[in-house]
Amino acid sequence: MTQTGTAVDAPPSAEGGAAPKRPATEDRRQKWRSRRYRWDAKLSPYAFISPFFLFFAAFGLFPLLYTAWASLHRVELTAPTDMEWAGLHNYTRLFEDHFFWNSLWVTFTLAVLSTVPQLLMAMGLAHLLNYKMRAASFFRVAMLAPYATSVAAATLVFAMLYGRDYGLINWVFGLFGVDEIDWKSGDWTSKIAISTIVIWRWTGYNTLIYLAAMQAVPHDLYESAALDGASRWKQFRYVTIPSLRPTILFTVVVSTIGSVQLFGEPLLFEEGAGASGGPDHQFQTLGLYLYEQGWRNLHLGRAAAIAWVMFLILVVIGIVFGLISRRLRKS
Amino acid sequence: MRSYRTTRRAVGLLAAAALGTGLLSACASDDDDGSKSDSGDGGSGKTTITMGLFGTFGFEEAGLYDEYEKLNPDITIKQDVIERNENYYPALLNHLTSNSGLADVQAIEVANIAEVVDTQADRFMDLGKVDGASQDAFLDWKWQQATADDGKTIGLGTDVGPMAVCYRKDHFEAAGLPTDREEVAELWAGDWEKFLDAGRDFKENGPEGVAWVDSADAVYDGAIASSEGKYYDDAGEVIYKDSADVEAAWGIASTAAEEKLTGNLEQFTKQWDQAMSNGDFATISCPAWMLGYIQEKGGTKAEGKWDVAKSPKPGNWGGSFLGVPESGPNKDEAAKLVAWLTAPEQQAKLFAERGNFPSAPPAYDMEAVKTATNPYFGDAPIGELFSASAEEIPVQTIGPKDQVIDDNIGNGLQLIEQGKQDPDGAWDEAVKAVDNALDQ
Repeated sequence: MTQTGTAVDAPPSAEGGAAPKRPATEDRRQKWRSRRYRWDAKLSPYAFISPFFLFFAAFGLFPLLYTAWASLHRVELTAPTDMEWAGLHNYTRLFEDHFFWNSLWVTFTLAVLSTVPQLLMAMGLAHLLNYKMRAASFFRVAMLAPYATSVAAATLVFAMLYGRDYGLINWVFGLFGVDEIDWKSGDWTSKIAISTIVIWRWTGYNTLIYLAAMQAVPHDLYESAALDGASRWKQFRYVTIPSLRPTILFTVVVSTIGSVQLFGEPLLFEEGAGASGGPDHQFQTLGLYLYEQGWRNLHLGRAAAIAWVMFLILVVIGIVFGLISRRLRKS
Repeated sequence: MRSYRTTRRAVGLLAAAALGTGLLSACASDDDDGSKSDSGDGGSGKTTITMGLFGTFGFEEAGLYDEYEKLNPDITIKQDVIERNENYYPALLNHLTSNSGLADVQAIEVANIAEVVDTQADRFMDLGKVDGASQDAFLDWKWQQATADDGKTIGLGTDVGPMAVCYRKDHFEAAGLPTDREEVAELWAGDWEKFLDAGRDFKENGPEGVAWVDSADAVYDGAIASSEGKYYDDAGEVIYKDSADVEAAWGIASTAAEEKLTGNLEQFTKQWDQAMSNGDFATISCPAWMLGYIQEKGGTKAEGKWDVAKSPKPGNWGGSFLGVPESGPNKDEAAKLVAWLTAPEQQAKLFAERGNFPSAPPAYDMEAVKTATNPYFGDAPIGELFSASAEEIPVQTIGPKDQVIDDNIGNGLQLIEQGKQDPDGAWDEAVKAVDNALDQ
């Protein structure tokens, strides 16, 4: 950008040059034009990118700051403009809030339960798709189909599959003599069920990312490994995985952020539970707790505080991953 | 070769993108429709009145809009329905406080009416002063629920939910219990404890795999609906922890849960619908509006198997109001419509068509109500049955957070049903959740 700027910026070689002297009006016009060029070069890039920043300011930054402001007040949904200063009360009360800690724990376990198998499966599938095969693009597009499905549609279907009395999964288990499992009310079963929805939706997406990265691994590496007598598995283990490290880190970061914000799946998983995440709050994630506090219990200030805590958690996660990736790069 | 592959891939991507946006828009499109009220309506000189509703009020299905449009040729009525009140209500508050996106008429559920009266009264019209709306036509407690301290009535009652108990004749017969609705009512007349006794009897002798009642929460709702007190005292203080009525209702419901008389089914879920259609439980607390629901979910499979008897004690469960936001462009026309829709004649029609029980006693003497029977429930004289119940409904003090308290107590009962807590532990959990929700 600056380079183009300076190129145009170069003053017209008028005075003292080889060219004949021009009349004053022409000179002024020339100056004006060059100034306009200069402004154009300097300002138009900003104009071009400004829509993003304007939208970000309106729909990203302002809500963020306003949420921070609201989180320091007692605000109810019944009167959102009546704000009563509460200082850090909304934050300090979270520390003694059993339900907040529960939702933090739920979010964490759901993140682990959904991210780890998801990424492992994605890695394996990407490895398989990386082989030469028939209809490769069909499989690749098919992998992405769940990702294109809406959260609501997918969750409602899964909720039916996991039904206690008439669900398909219990029926299949029944064929093998397993007793009816009450997926939705169990502490771990509900978490497992919800994480399968997440896994189903996101595995394909991560598979394609891994696949792209695998295809970028130079072929000679595999050849020389094969010459050294490395088996397929060893090639995968010692060539593919190390080359994919930055990509793996990227997918871990993206999935972690996604898990912290997990909302639609647990909200819709059991119709009757609403935002409570089940009678025992066994699948109430942070997002769901925020929603319950704000839109069921109508405490907007408290909901805003939870939103900010979630934001800070993400910032901390971001910093940790930043440090890890720096270390990775060094090694 | 290469370009062929790229086009193919591009086509695939396009298809995926189209599918994705299609799915997204399918989910997002139900919001804006009808929330704006454009008077004028394309220059035809008609006024469009929008109705913001939840669940099924049945006005449209019962043909009341058509009738009103015929009576008033310059009016068109549109409705915008959100299925669940728990999603409808926060949106309503949001629209009220930001004064945008409101329909000309907004419905309010009885569980929220106290909060709306407390906090939003100045945003609603005083319907008590509208032509055609007369206080005498309504059950007094229904009228008072929507009336603020200064006498402003912000909503007119649509239906009320007088209670009965629906029961499966086939299961009763199999268990050796009476099937005639008078005798069944005698089984538990006057006392929910007797209802449990019948349940114990049923559990002993009844068919395998059939629960006595669908859920502990529904037993609780039935029992608390028929008591004098609820969660607030007359001064507006939350007293549910010390209320003898709550304790009694909790005692009955938690006993039912502990003794496994319930089907551990949460109401208004798929699982519950399926159980209803398959006859997995023998009784259910039946406010008038529940009859239509049972008929819809039970379908032909359960036809002729249900009947309805008096509940142990008369009570009210549910019912709604219609209010008119002050800021609406057509508020006078909207108020007229509300007065008409809630007038005894229309309420009687709605009952005949849809089973929503009138909140206007003059309707009880009309033929459409008085002689109403329901063929799906063995020609039960539902008009007579529910009228008798409606007139004995105790006047309860309601409060702004009734719904939140109710939901959390229901959660507690589920904990017992699922075997996660004993009644005392479950009560503590419920109290903890309510305290957290009510805490400022």
